[in-house]
Amino acid sequence: MFTNRYIFTYASIMVILVAAILSTASMVLKPFQEANVKAEKIQGILASANIETSREDAEVIFADHIIEELAVDTKGNVVMLTKDGKTEWFNDEIKAAVKYTRPFEIKLKEELRLKSYAEKGETVRPAIFPIFKLKKDGKEFFAVPVRGMGLWGPVWGNIAFESDFNTIAGAIFDHKGETPGLGAEINQGWFEGEFTGKTIFDEQHKFVSVAVVKGGVANSNISPSHGVDAISGGTITSNGVSDMLQDCLENYVPFIEKTLK
Amino acid sequence: MSNTKEPLFSAKNRKLLSIPMSKENPITIQVLGICSALAVTAKLEPAFVMALSVTAVMAVGNVIISLLRKTIAPRIRIIVQLVVIAALVILVDQVLKAFLYDVSKQLSVFVGLIITNCIIMGRFEAFAMSNKTWPSFLDGLGNAAGYGWILIVVAFFRELLGSGTVWGYQVIPEGFYNFGYKDNGLMILPPAALIVVGIIIWVLRNKDKELIEEN
Repeated sequence: MFTNRYIFTYASIMVILVAAILSTASMVLKPFQEANVKAEKIQGILASANIETSREDAEVIFADHIIEELAVDTKGNVVMLTKDGKTEWFNDEIKAAVKYTRPFEIKLKEELRLKSYAEKGETVRPAIFPIFKLKKDGKEFFAVPVRGMGLWGPVWGNIAFESDFNTIAGAIFDHKGETPGLGAEINQGWFEGEFTGKTIFDEQHKFVSVAVVKGGVANSNISPSHGVDAISGGTITSNGVSDMLQDCLENYVPFIEKTLK
Repeated sequence: MSNTKEPLFSAKNRKLLSIPMSKENPITIQVLGICSALAVTAKLEPAFVMALSVTAVMAVGNVIISLLRKTIAPRIRIIVQLVVIAALVILVDQVLKAFLYDVSKQLSVFVGLIITNCIIMGRFEAFAMSNKTWPSFLDGLGNAAGYGWILIVVAFFRELLGSGTVWGYQVIPEGFYNFGYKDNGLMILPPAALIVVGIIIWVLRNKDKELIEEN
């Protein structure tokens, strides 16, 4: 009844038709989706500094609180500075190599990849990392994004520091698909709250990051000001958060030492 | 085909809508689609959106399959059905991401997993492949509604008992907590959905003895 030729033609036409419909839908809806993603990114930055927002007013509130956006390289030099809507570049070589128009647009995933290439000895452009200088109730905060790997996929977050760029004022995390009830708990307040007040430099001003400690900080040799308790049953996610903080925060150390000490 | 035109909402057609709500309910009787019923019912809002998404996919899908039914070669019918479901689900997912971003984040992979929701495939295969468009549309709506109302009832109880809220609004008064009332943490976890679905099945069988199989 149905010849092979009929079946092949039928299948081909169907697939092409469906592909056309789906790609059209994707193109039409993309601007809306990107606006959501952008608002979410802003919300993440603000939430780390304990500034409440909703998705709709995120951009307005961000404009109220932002003092300046910086991008720094791993040697501690400021590469890009956006203030009051104007962007200034201090490194023409990087300017020529990237498409970013403000530090907010920096894709952390890409920069971390460049950093790992550079560590393997490949010649790539220097990686740059964003810093958001925020003000709230007369106090200044530095918020930085972090990104790493959990058990099942990426984990990310934002860390806000007090004006000394050492004491954590707030941290928020999120994840793509960690185990519910275990690793997925990293985006819950009780875990994020553990980070508030911790410091990333020890008394000798050496960078130590903040470790997420399996078995509890109290039972380890890590000082309570540089460690938080891991999540039971979520060891790999916890380690992921620990590594993420180490890998991402170390990029800012030269900048902190250069400008704030 | 009969020459006299059947009214749109004839008794037979009304049954297509009503039977899946009760006697042939996909979840409580056929026990299909349980996976998503466990996963998205911790809160009312995602459950509601999930029910709507499944309704859209099932009703439109049934219509498309029913329209195409004479052109689909039996040898590739499962593939055609899958392509239709997958395309519709991707559309729903894209629309949610654009206009209901937070809900789409909560539903996360489960929107994508509508593709594997056995109810939809089951209705395509069992009904739309061999029936006219309008009955197929009603059958899709009916089954989606049968799936949806269970989802919403389960989510209502899980949210109420697990978080003390309904649709995100606090309904259990603060005073209760001061007297030592606590939200039941178990209700937030997926196993609680099984318990609630079990209770619903029990209630339904008590009301309608026909549902109890002889042994």
